[in-house]
Amino acid sequence: MAVQLPAEFIVNVDNERCRKCKRCIVSCGFSALEFRNKVTPIHRRCVACQRCAAFCPEDAITITENQMAYKYNYSWTPEIRKNILKQAASGGVLLGGMGNPKPYPIYWDHMLIDACQVTNPSIDPLREPMELRTYLGAKPDTLEFSGEYGNVKLETELAPQLKLDIPVVFAAMSYGAISLNAHKALAMAAKRMGTMMNTGEGGLHESLVSYKDNIIVQVASGRFGVTGEYLNNSAAVEIKIGQGAKPGIGGHLPGVKVGGDVSKTRMIPAGTDALSPAPHHDIYSIEDLSQLIFALKEATGYSKPVSVKIAAVHNIAAIASGVVRAGADIVTIDGFRGGTGAAPVVIRDHVGIPVELALAAVDDRLRQEGIRNRASLLIGGSIRQSADVVKAIALGADAVIIGTAALIAMGCRLCQKCYTGNCSWGIATQRPELVNRLDPHAGADMLSFLLNGWSNEIKEVLGSLGINAVESLRGSRERLRGIGLDEQALKILGIKHAGIGQ
Amino acid sequence: MKIDAKDMQHRQLNMTIRDAVESGNTGLELDNVNGQRYIGGGMDGDVKITINGTPGNDLGSFMNGTEIIVNANAQDGIANTMNDGRIIIHGSVGDIIGYGMRGGKLYIKGNVGYRVGIHMKEYEDKVPVIIAGGTAGDFFGEYMAGGIMILLGLGSDNGVVGDYVGTGMHGGVIYIRGEVDPRDLGKEVAALEPGEDDMKLIVPLLKEYCGCFGFDFDEVMSRGFTKLVPLSHRPYGEMYVY
Amino acid sequence: MKCDGIPSGCAISGMISETGRRVDGRAVMKSIACMHDRSNGLGGGFAAYGIYPERKDQYAFHMMYDDFEAKEATEEFFKEAFNVDKDEPIPVHRENGIHNPPVLWRYFLEVPENKLRFISERDYVMKTVMELNSSSERAFVASSGKNMGAFKGVGYPEDIGKFYKLEDYRAYIWTSHGRFPTNTPGWWGGAHPFTLLDWSVVHNGEISSYGINRRYLEMFGYRLELRTDTEAIAYLFDLLMRRHRIPLEQAVMALASPFWKNIDRMEPEQRKIATAIRQVYGSALLNGPFSILIGHSRGIIGLNDRIKLRPMTAARKDDMLYMASEESAIRTIAPDPDKVWSPKAGTPIIGILDDGVE
Repeated sequence: MAVQLPAEFIVNVDNERCRKCKRCIVSCGFSALEFRNKVTPIHRRCVACQRCAAFCPEDAITITENQMAYKYNYSWTPEIRKNILKQAASGGVLLGGMGNPKPYPIYWDHMLIDACQVTNPSIDPLREPMELRTYLGAKPDTLEFSGEYGNVKLETELAPQLKLDIPVVFAAMSYGAISLNAHKALAMAAKRMGTMMNTGEGGLHESLVSYKDNIIVQVASGRFGVTGEYLNNSAAVEIKIGQGAKPGIGGHLPGVKVGGDVSKTRMIPAGTDALSPAPHHDIYSIEDLSQLIFALKEATGYSKPVSVKIAAVHNIAAIASGVVRAGADIVTIDGFRGGTGAAPVVIRDHVGIPVELALAAVDDRLRQEGIRNRASLLIGGSIRQSADVVKAIALGADAVIIGTAALIAMGCRLCQKCYTGNCSWGIATQRPELVNRLDPHAGADMLSFLLNGWSNEIKEVLGSLGINAVESLRGSRERLRGIGLDEQALKILGIKHAGIGQ
Repeated sequence: MKIDAKDMQHRQLNMTIRDAVESGNTGLELDNVNGQRYIGGGMDGDVKITINGTPGNDLGSFMNGTEIIVNANAQDGIANTMNDGRIIIHGSVGDIIGYGMRGGKLYIKGNVGYRVGIHMKEYEDKVPVIIAGGTAGDFFGEYMAGGIMILLGLGSDNGVVGDYVGTGMHGGVIYIRGEVDPRDLGKEVAALEPGEDDMKLIVPLLKEYCGCFGFDFDEVMSRGFTKLVPLSHRPYGEMYVY
Repeated sequence: MKCDGIPSGCAISGMISETGRRVDGRAVMKSIACMHDRSNGLGGGFAAYGIYPERKDQYAFHMMYDDFEAKEATEEFFKEAFNVDKDEPIPVHRENGIHNPPVLWRYFLEVPENKLRFISERDYVMKTVMELNSSSERAFVASSGKNMGAFKGVGYPEDIGKFYKLEDYRAYIWTSHGRFPTNTPGWWGGAHPFTLLDWSVVHNGEISSYGINRRYLEMFGYRLELRTDTEAIAYLFDLLMRRHRIPLEQAVMALASPFWKNIDRMEPEQRKIATAIRQVYGSALLNGPFSILIGHSRGIIGLNDRIKLRPMTAARKDDMLYMASEESAIRTIAPDPDKVWSPKAGTPIIGILDDGVE
């Protein structure tokens, strides 16, 4: 039974141009290139991560899809046949990395943004003040004041708030799933840009404690590295119930990735599998969630907002409402296109709903119940560009989270092989020689530049909308129009079709 | 020649003015002006118009010459896209004064509102000048691309100018009598000490200005000035990626 | 009768005698007429306070009906919801330039005790107004406050004023509006002022944050059927100041917030207040160019947007405070004011009736 699957990709080396520097061979985390008098590809190993091509000084390498490996068939696509062959050979569950790549509708691309002309003027964002500052946390419905005119005092004590200079937060990605250098880059960029990174469930490496004012620490079912100190080395605490890429199931960091520092940070012996079960075993009902939320508030002296992260599933509106009523200060909703280090493909590609629809449904529901102020909405799982941020905020989000976009900024080419631990870009790996490829300072620069560009773009859009503070966009669905959407989608999104005026 | 503007619509009044100028009058005095717009709009030639009362918006807009003297406050949009001439206001004025002004002089005795000198510009020998004796609102010299603006703040010790001074400025020069809080400066602006060349530039203008209103020149010069210039002529050159 | 929202340009003018001296409508008509060029004949209106002193404890409803059928239906509703003490046609006389006015009627109403078991009197009246304006296409509440009224319609404001015979009313607060809508208008209810209870708003400019202001208000039971941003302003004042009891200064801070840059510079207590207001009331921020005059039972508030994109001039003469889009509109009725000034962005000008004034 030594039948091999056909190679997915063909690595083409232009031997006319190649000067045999072997940089490509060193670059490949998957050992797909060898030197046999000349650079010789082992096509089957190639995952198209493009590291070799990117670092070839002579542009001598190109990678193409091996299209004829499977004869064309509309129904039985190469992917399906490949999966069948793999499973027939092993009996295993298909594993995948990153987010759902399937061609489901992308609602962001079916919404258009308004602009001002004459009757309400636009504002020049370069010269006039343009405010993106956002506070995440529970707000009361009203404020109480005492005292006389000119000497008024505020009587209401607000719940703790998370201050963001840009309404874009780095999504939870654990140390273990990604490298320490990637974690460092995220922390440094978060601090520089006035936003947050999220530890994910793998604990906080001791070298990142100094960034604690820009860190959200996560508590998931495995409770890795969760100590009182960990909880307090943070700006906020997040309870992870689910994630968009794999709603309803847990995680599994293989023991081979649990080496020295990961082991120390997660506080489990080296080489042990880090297993996060699907449920928190202390949460089997909404009142249990409330109990955990308040346990964390107690443990942090009510000094930090507590977020609850849930995946976008069919009944998301009711679930989010329950989460708010359970005492969450922030509800983080992750759509079905959200990324992951590893997930069963059947879940990643077929479970959950688009975050656009989830967000609209949740914002509506919270408003109907009159509890929209009680929690902030953080959403993610497919935010690719600043336009998506604008549309998400107009639908009702307070801010967004970005994971995949942040990884791409640091070099990720979406080869979706994160679970192998061989990431040639030094991101989703713990192999020291690969980790070293990602300079945290350079990574922080790239992340900061990305956010800087988005920030300017969001300000341009606000200016064209004639508003100079992001809170005037938040929930202002009147400024969105649908294009190519059916009545039902328009209704759920709460927007009119393009061509309809006020 | 005197014209009684009482209860006249702006079109009628401006027609009367133009007719008077065409028939050879070079000195006009308008009485009972109140709110009529566009006085002096697009006019040129060696004509002097004295206005008694409060003229309406867009006074001297697109003006190519002519001198206008207002013996009262005036409203918004004075010297809009003005090309040449001189406007003297014996009072305070509203917002968006000197928008896109590319030549001539605008002298104001009192305070000026928001966005004064917005997008004022110069080209070769066309250098517009705005001098105000009082205080200014926010966005003074916004987008300024050329010309000279001087703010004196007479009778005020601090807070002469509002916030976002010279935001988007990429040409021209602003002189503000006294200090400016650096936090109020637009991010495209540098504050400097004026040098000898600066004094050579502003002294004759200020003498002319003081002459218009009977201000004591020495008193005006008794306090130092802050000079504001753009950090770059291309403030957004680095902003885009292709 | 009702039509889609209409963006508007406009002129505003208003005045208050802080000693409670009641003056007739001629002055305010003259002032707004001075800014004729700022409107285009498609909307004008006035709010007047202190005009019904003999019935000052009753809610004065100014109604507009498309036809008598709508009037009958609404009157049935009034009989059920209120004690109707008096009703009469609003006096008008034909004026050139005023076409197809609706049926204009006013009612002096009291709320029966038995309606107030679970709700305050004003909340009850508010709900009634919301219900009327959202349930009928052919009946519209122009105003619903005590001892005040709105007089508005399609036409130039000076013609609307003459149509309503405003020279026959005496008020201590007047506000007025000349409208420059850019859509197809022709709807009387769409003219300013917009009102609710004692609140009235005349507005020059456009609220670009209307979408979220509206959704925010809907959370608190307001129904915005007119699709005009000005309506939202009136309701925001009602929500913040009447229902949430936010002091005037702080309510204004919510609607025309200081920039974070300036908040960060404030003294600690002030900073705490301003930060909390922006955090809690971000959805109430009125974003976009505006100058507005808000009338209420005890005074008048003038307010500009936070970067002052619309004009406003204020003046004082003896016990009178004047505010208008242009200085000339004040000087035409008060040629020699004691003081004239331009208010700053986001900083309210406040005129308040002296304590003794009934």
